[in-house]
Amino acid sequence: MKVLVAVKRVIDAYVKVRVKADQTGVETANVKMSMNPFDEIGVEQAVRLKEAGTASEIVAVSLGASQCQETIRTALAMGADRGILVETDAELQPLAVAKLLKAVVADEKPDIVILGKQAIDDDSNQTGQMLAALLGWAQGTFTSKLVIDDGIATCTREVDGGLETVSLKMPIVMTTDLRLNEPRYASLPNIMKAKRKPIDVKTPDELGVDIGPRISVLKVVAPAKREAGVKVADAAELVARLRDEAGVI
Amino acid sequence: MDTIEDRDAHEALILDSVDRFLERDVKPFAHELEANDTYPDEIVDKMKELGLFGATIAPEYGGLGLPATTYSKIVERVSAVWMSVSGIFNSHLIMAAAVERFGTEAQKQRYLPRFATGELRGAIALTEPDCGTDLQAIRTQARRDGDVYVVNGTKTWITNSIHGHILAVLVKTDANAEPRHKGMSLLLVEKGAGLRVGRKLEKLGYRGIDTAELLFEDCRVPAENLIGGEEGKGLRQIMSGLELGRINVAARGVGIARACLDEAVAYSQTRKTFGKPICEHQSIQIKLADMATQVEAARLLTEFAAKAYDTGRRCDMEAGMAKLFATEAALFNSLEAMRIHGAYGYSKEFNIERYYRDAPLLAIGEGTNELQRIVIARQLIKRNPV
Repeated sequence: MKVLVAVKRVIDAYVKVRVKADQTGVETANVKMSMNPFDEIGVEQAVRLKEAGTASEIVAVSLGASQCQETIRTALAMGADRGILVETDAELQPLAVAKLLKAVVADEKPDIVILGKQAIDDDSNQTGQMLAALLGWAQGTFTSKLVIDDGIATCTREVDGGLETVSLKMPIVMTTDLRLNEPRYASLPNIMKAKRKPIDVKTPDELGVDIGPRISVLKVVAPAKREAGVKVADAAELVARLRDEAGVI
Repeated sequence: MDTIEDRDAHEALILDSVDRFLERDVKPFAHELEANDTYPDEIVDKMKELGLFGATIAPEYGGLGLPATTYSKIVERVSAVWMSVSGIFNSHLIMAAAVERFGTEAQKQRYLPRFATGELRGAIALTEPDCGTDLQAIRTQARRDGDVYVVNGTKTWITNSIHGHILAVLVKTDANAEPRHKGMSLLLVEKGAGLRVGRKLEKLGYRGIDTAELLFEDCRVPAENLIGGEEGKGLRQIMSGLELGRINVAARGVGIARACLDEAVAYSQTRKTFGKPICEHQSIQIKLADMATQVEAARLLTEFAAKAYDTGRRCDMEAGMAKLFATEAALFNSLEAMRIHGAYGYSKEFNIERYYRDAPLLAIGEGTNELQRIVIARQLIKRNPV
């Protein structure tokens, strides 16, 4: 079984993000970049499938600037076998990413495509679903448990109010939820070995994909600063304020 | 050939993994292990998985072959979280460096791959009850008896000696040699009959890691374990390893100095006196500025020494400068951080008092800072003859 796992280069989760003065986006110059944490969970799942003997090959794919090779290297150090970079300096929106991945899937013919349920930069939560629709494959989104047996993937999904378990016929698109696993950090010997694993570089043109934007961003602003709370003297005052001022009861 | 960008990206990946290891497997446990002076067995297992025990060992022997520049950044990071952990792999790697640089091919093949995985972990045994800095005054004797050396003597302050499996022991193979260093040799001694681990030493800081006395009582060591196979080279062999050792201690100093700075910067923004955060008071700002300057200067000197070491040329002056400055920076910053934290800095609840207890070791160990000044001055004169 072959696994294709998509990895996105995003601003590191521990960096305090700043909005650019001209409100066109966020500052990325001299900012630490890392693999999207949900994608790390995806790579970990792929590696576990390989360690269990379920998967035979893991291909990590990233789309974007040449620096995305670093993100692919991280996946290779964690245990992926080879990488594909679809290189472009253009800003990629979820539909373009889904189309590019569809083209990569056509070349690679994986049995399962694993993506993070969302990227922590734009929080779109769209790519996996769009890719499944474009491919006409079954999808197991927000998966917190995955069992593959005899061509059937059983995904436990984290949905509002509980867990839903779906049985999907392979091939599938799966997106990871936080509780699927705790990703490993790459050991230093594996980082050294990853240096020698191949990364194939392609371009959107070579794949014949139109990556033109379908959404225009009007402006980006920082969230409103949180104001200090108020102390109430007793329960009666709390109830009164919730009723009269906040209007929530 | 890798480009500079490739090397930087590669180093960034390595340091990122080290940071994750520290965040997940060291930081949550350091405080309690240190307080109870408990050896961190589980952390050692994780260090084996991470590959730290082979950090500077050449890839052909199963190690990572990291340059001193990357290695010193790892040590800085580890020490900023818990200095004792850096001691577990550092003296091990000094032993490994002695074997790799001066050992026979048979010794390298036999030991280095097992050192690299951490299957065999060890240390160096130099100091004795009556001498440390003046190594030529050691008394531990190794008498040749056929195919073995019979070792007798006492070593003390030996890191990793309780939980380690093997030691590079500095001995006198000829007690009457003149100059004295010509009678000194380095022997690899695996734990076994004739080598007794004495009491574990109680220390002000650097707790959790085992530091003990070693008693050699007619300890029979195969003659093939003489590093390099030739007597009289021991002091030179170990002094060469000490250059890396001193760069490592400098990096520890940078780590502690930085940890003190980071905690002081954070605390001074949340602690308020007279209606404003204390970081807005000029007296605290002056402290923070001095601390930050110490950290950056110490880091640059350490990097300078590590780069010199990586070129393969003699760098005792550079390593001495880095060790001297960075360890004094650690001492300075730990006290300043304590002053900024006030009573909380003195409290066992916070990390500051631990840094304050760990820092003085750095000024004493691996050659006192007084000795470093002498090394620096001698080299300075030697390199600049009139």
